Amino acid sequence: MPESLKFEKSFDVEGGSFQNAGNVSGQIKSILKDMGVSTDIVRRVAIVCYESEINIVSYAKKGRITLAVTDEAVKIETKDEGPGIPDIELAMKEGYSTATAAVREMGFGAGMGLANMKKYSDHLIITSEVGVGTCVQMTVMNFQKLLHPDLPPVTL
Amino acid sequence: MQLETLVRELNLKVSCAEGSLKREVKGGYVGDLLSDVMANSKEGDIWITRQVHQNIVAVASLKDIAGIILIQGSEPAHDTAAKANAEGIPILVTDLPAFEIVGLIYKLIKP
Repeated sequence: MPESLKFEKSFDVEGGSFQNAGNVSGQIKSILKDMGVSTDIVRRVAIVCYESEINIVSYAKKGRITLAVTDEAVKIETKDEGPGIPDIELAMKEGYSTATAAVREMGFGAGMGLANMKKYSDHLIITSEVGVGTCVQMTVMNFQKLLHPDLPPVTL
Repeated sequence: MQLETLVRELNLKVSCAEGSLKREVKGGYVGDLLSDVMANSKEGDIWITRQVHQNIVAVASLKDIAGIILIQGSEPAHDTAAKANAEGIPILVTDLPAFEIVGLIYKLIKP
């Protein structure tokens, strides 16, 4: 375990399970709040985590979301067993979506998910293989800590 | 303004989480696209929508939204109500369309 890693936990997400969509993001938000992570970082992590959770629920058979917290950043990594993204550049365009009509009726699938993930994270890496799945790594930096290294670290 | 004042002034029907009406309403957001609300709503907002499925509760909870107003007499789905009661997210119902209820709320909280 790297020295600065304060916390790490993985959560399973079931594809198609809209009744549980958001539960993992809620748990992650609670963990970060309990750790004393600043409100702005918790807010941004909640947005990017929720979008990635909805993507797993909307498109994949199943997936796993891993939360890692260091003094400098909160990292969210998702890996899913889904259809994969053939053209990531196209998928990143706001408004582009391959969501089904049923998913759109619920107010998802507006083509804002990946755009939100990019906007609210400081670093985003998407790798995908068609027919296998997609991996998304998002980092939300704790700039306060980077600017003021003498600040106390987050506590568990 | 407290949520319960908004309920009283606008004659809103309290559909869920009656015990959580002491929350402070700081502003508002209108939207049916969940990613839009997720990205752009703020803590303490009252959220006006026509979506009635249970994912609105998760969004409201994640964004610390003060409460949800369903428009044009829409009632929350059964599982939405159960989740909102469990999580203490107030769901209120108005018979008015979004444009009209938003106008009234705006006058009350941003006079």
